[in-house]
Amino acid sequence: MQHTLEQFLKALRAADVRVSPAEAIDAARAAAAVGYADRALFKDALCATLAKSRDEVDRFDETFETFFARNSFSLPPPEAGEAEGDPGDSEGAPGVDQSPLAQMLLGGDTPGLAQAMEEAAGRAGVSEIRLSTQRSRLTRRLLDEMGLSEIEQIIANAKRLQTFDGNRLALRLDVARKALMAEAQAYVERAHELYAAGSGARLREEMLAKKALNADGGIDPIDLAMMQALVKRMAKRLADRYSRRRHTANTGHLDVRKTLRKSMAHDGIPFDIEWKLKKVDKPSIVVICDVSKSVAAAAQFLLTFLYALNEVVDRLDAFAFSGRLIPVNAILDANGVEGAILKVLSTIGFQQTDYGKALEDFVENHIDRVDRHTTVIFLGDGRSNFADPRLDLMHLIQQRARAVIWLNPEPESYWGQGDSVMYRYQRFTHVAKTCNTLGQLERIIEDVLRTYVPH
Amino acid sequence: MPVGAAADPFQSVDALVEGLGSVGYIASRRIATALYMAVHLQKPILVEGSAGVGKTELALSTARLLAKPLIRMQCYEGLDESKALYEWKYGKQLLYTQILKDRMGSALADAPDMDAAMVRLHGMGDMFFSEPFLEPRPLMQALRQDDGCVLLIDEIDKSDEAFEAFLLEVLSAYQVSVPELGVIVAKTPPLVFLTSNNVRDLGDALKRRCLHLHIPLPEPELEERIVATRVPGIEDALTGKLVAFVQSLRTIDLRKAPSISETVDWARALVLLHAKDLDASLVRDTLNVILKFEQDITAVEPQIVELLSRK
Repeated sequence: MQHTLEQFLKALRAADVRVSPAEAIDAARAAAAVGYADRALFKDALCATLAKSRDEVDRFDETFETFFARNSFSLPPPEAGEAEGDPGDSEGAPGVDQSPLAQMLLGGDTPGLAQAMEEAAGRAGVSEIRLSTQRSRLTRRLLDEMGLSEIEQIIANAKRLQTFDGNRLALRLDVARKALMAEAQAYVERAHELYAAGSGARLREEMLAKKALNADGGIDPIDLAMMQALVKRMAKRLADRYSRRRHTANTGHLDVRKTLRKSMAHDGIPFDIEWKLKKVDKPSIVVICDVSKSVAAAAQFLLTFLYALNEVVDRLDAFAFSGRLIPVNAILDANGVEGAILKVLSTIGFQQTDYGKALEDFVENHIDRVDRHTTVIFLGDGRSNFADPRLDLMHLIQQRARAVIWLNPEPESYWGQGDSVMYRYQRFTHVAKTCNTLGQLERIIEDVLRTYVPH
Repeated sequence: MPVGAAADPFQSVDALVEGLGSVGYIASRRIATALYMAVHLQKPILVEGSAGVGKTELALSTARLLAKPLIRMQCYEGLDESKALYEWKYGKQLLYTQILKDRMGSALADAPDMDAAMVRLHGMGDMFFSEPFLEPRPLMQALRQDDGCVLLIDEIDKSDEAFEAFLLEVLSAYQVSVPELGVIVAKTPPLVFLTSNNVRDLGDALKRRCLHLHIPLPEPELEERIVATRVPGIEDALTGKLVAFVQSLRTIDLRKAPSISETVDWARALVLLHAKDLDASLVRDTLNVILKFEQDITAVEPQIVELLSRK
């Protein structure tokens, strides 16, 4: 049973439920405490020790049901009356006595067969399956381990006898063999589902995180949902870490001034002690996002990220522009993610970029939002269509803000080429970086939150 | 309420379900199993679920069932060691030094030089960091209960990461280190419940040390039993109807779907109003008991008749 439990943990890990060695030990202790007799009890006990969040509970339930689903074999029933004595009857067919598999098949011993298959699967390494292409090879190996060749031998021998009994035996064994093969196939299929299916999805997610957002054709529509989930998870992770306001009582430091002040009421005897408090501010962020034609492919994802961040960071003001600049907080708040992005894009998206005009709009209407606690993040390619980039306004923003960060979807070698004024803007930023994959986006935003947002 | 004299409720899961039932908590098998494991593996149990599904109530009921004291620690932002574990009674220390000032003066007066005075002062200083000046907070209180207790750490997700890390020692080894006094180990490990509303994701280190229990919104039959237990004197027909109505509310997209505590409150309200049956006008008047947001109420109001007739 220990081995089975380990196999099950392996299946759980494949289903993306994290199981550390300590949890494995707990699981074993739990199993020992409740025993194996009551299936529901066993399941609940393992669930409590292994699954650590709601998602994991769902995945646990699924994996448990698949893993411990052992349909009994569907063998053709042994012919009435001969189930007992049959092997003895067919003395003419040599080998039946020596082959336990043949006896089990003829006798309809399904529990025995199931057990034999489990053991053979262990020897054949079925649980090592990683790819769907391994299925047929592993099925064959599983059958070999069970002793399929013996059965084939017996069938051949029985046919060679050319007797009525021999033919009948051959026929029956042949039917049983087919059933056995189907069963083995189903077994390997289930193993694939348990151990390999999850890793495929993970691989895909990893690829997505590394895929360039402004690559030709953008992101596959099929991947879109997965991508959005990925972005959401990322934003949640970041927000968990940074959006909380913390008062840390600095217990080591007495606030002498406050303590003395308070003690005055008690004739100078200090009843109440005051400690120095350290205040931790929430991040205050202004994001200005370019949604013009030149960044069309990336715009959608920059907006997705903006959307996710907007949900989790309280003091975030988002603006979008191509020709003119508008605040988009209200749109992000009021709509679902797809709706919000479409709405922003249809309101102002895909026009001629004009950085100068956009900066003008921002400074005129929203500059009050920028103070010495604010981090300003620009998402854009810095291509201004040869219009005046208004560096003076950029300078003003830089002076007022705590930090200015520019994330550019173009690689650095393109900066300053053609109508790009990226290098000129770069002088007024604290950090300017290339950012064109989700992975980079997360890393950079995390850096931003850690370094430039007041703590 | 003492333990049922008949049998140890922690003998089996079924006995535990029954035991919890006897103190007024109707538990599903999964809940009982998790609790059973927590007792037998001596691990803390992390209870998650939306507000009002009975997370805190589970801890309270368990304490009643075990007839052990319940020590509750409510978590909030900024909670730190000094509020959770122990604190020195600084005021008392200062007050005592003030009162003893004269005594100290005379005690030190005959010291030949500064060094000798310092040595004497050291001897006195230790007095002020001893048990009488120690203010134990919930965690230390729990560890010092020699007969064991139930420790409820409520809404752990509201506390900071730093505090979460601090809890690890308490949760895995049932001990804490106090610099001035040394390591305090619990004689009888308390049964620890942590509850979380999922305001933020908890760290893996904390999760790893706990058993995990997610309490979902209940099935209709279970909810009916809960209402019947919690609200004595309610008629079966009314229970069925109101539970069906609440269940149908949960299928609508609401900002805050009603949970068990709302159902129970509603049942109490209806009993107070001597309601025999559930009709549209009664539901409309009492809707504010189960729905806590204005938009939810306005969204549901026009659908009341339809929801009531749904079966």
